[in-house]
Amino acid sequence: MVDLPRRSLLAGIAALGASACSKINDSEAAHGLFKAAEDGHRTLHRALAGKQGLAKEFRPDQRSPTFRGNGSVTVADPFYQDQLAKGFPDWKLEVRGLVEKPLALSLAEVKALPQRTQITRHDCVEGWSAIGEWQGVQLGDLLDQAKVKEQAKFIVFRCADTLYGRDYYESIDMVDAYHPQTIIAHSLNGEPLPEKNGAPLRMRIERQLGYKQAKYVKAIEAVTSFAEIGQGGGGFWEDVAGYQWYAGV
Amino acid sequence: MTKHALTTRLWHWVNAIAIIVLFMTGLNISNAHRHLYWGHYGFDPKDAWLDVIRFPGWATIPGHYHLALARDWHITMAWPFGIGVLFIWVAMLWNGHFRRDLMTAPMDWTPGAVIASLKAHSGPGGHAHGYNPVQKILYGGVFGVLLPMMLLTGLAISPGVAGFAPWLVDVFGGRQSARSLHFIAAWGIFGFFVIHIVLALTDWRLILEMFTGGKRPAAEPAPPQPEPIPVTDEGAPAHG
Repeated sequence: MVDLPRRSLLAGIAALGASACSKINDSEAAHGLFKAAEDGHRTLHRALAGKQGLAKEFRPDQRSPTFRGNGSVTVADPFYQDQLAKGFPDWKLEVRGLVEKPLALSLAEVKALPQRTQITRHDCVEGWSAIGEWQGVQLGDLLDQAKVKEQAKFIVFRCADTLYGRDYYESIDMVDAYHPQTIIAHSLNGEPLPEKNGAPLRMRIERQLGYKQAKYVKAIEAVTSFAEIGQGGGGFWEDVAGYQWYAGV
Repeated sequence: MTKHALTTRLWHWVNAIAIIVLFMTGLNISNAHRHLYWGHYGFDPKDAWLDVIRFPGWATIPGHYHLALARDWHITMAWPFGIGVLFIWVAMLWNGHFRRDLMTAPMDWTPGAVIASLKAHSGPGGHAHGYNPVQKILYGGVFGVLLPMMLLTGLAISPGVAGFAPWLVDVFGGRQSARSLHFIAAWGIFGFFVIHIVLALTDWRLILEMFTGGKRPAAEPAPPQPEPIPVTDEGAPAHG
């Protein structure tokens, strides 16, 4: 029977694949490999884009008719709900951590700073995309104002929303923090941010996926490491589900 | 000379593993948002041109819905796949595999050539002499269209790549178009994969040869040569 060796070969390959996969998935070696692949993509992207390479900006008529809200679309906190109803008169955006001059800005103060407007595409890790016009302050400007210290390596965003009983947070490195299109947005398509899209302030980090674009931002924190924050993954989804910290792929 | 060059064999098996993992993790990723769109944006299922089925656990890696882990594998295997596609193209152009076996002539595309290939292939000893027109067209379509399209649409979907090559996204008509084409090309490769495996299983030696290299079958009998002119030196006996 010519059939036998080839069938058993195939069965062997299939069995090897099935058992190997479940073991490999959880092993240290696999995580090392995944990390290397992620770092490789980031290094390649940075090398080819340069630190300041811009994401495509669209014309107003290319915007999607609406902008989907995903993840947290509402914030349970009573103070937040009260502020939302009143237009956030007492909301403060803190800039803290490794800065010489900590800031606490009202929404009006944020709007009074130099602004950037950009029509960009938002890409969710799930696969969908939406296009909207964002207006806000460049993060680099705020960090300069707060005189961020040399030893700061990452910027952490603290958010008002919770998911699965945990505070949402995210982090980026200084390259993305000082990218021209990295803004703290207060407007979407010319209107104040709706609650589902992160009112009153949300991040736009245009060369990464949606889960990096922290919503309901309360504080911006300069740190040397995020190992001690949350579970150390650098963000809510990184901690909860193991998403890649570099979300440029 | 071996039938399959070492570079071909190496690439074949590395690529086989890569595309199996990429395809099965891709099905897991597809389950995250089972709708495909054309254009730059798309998030509302009622704008979708295709609502995709939910792929069952036995078809996905890992065997349950796990977007992060599926992406880890997908992003990791994209490296050997992408580098492999570049590698095999360079190797095929370098060693003549492309020119000899894959490049078609206009006459290969005629219905007559296709019918003749299919007839010859189904008969005994059908694979004796290189690639027939149908094989050239199919392999050429995989190497020339499907594999590069898979790689380029995959790159276009990545927001980091869009940051330095927005033209690549525009070439495909927008990110959601690139994502749709990524999906279509994946099933094109799957279709080739099925045909390829079924045909390879008709003769286990074909699979073995992809490991060992095999032996190139004797070339067709050389056309009759004109009688060689005997070279004789004065004083030396002709032909020994």
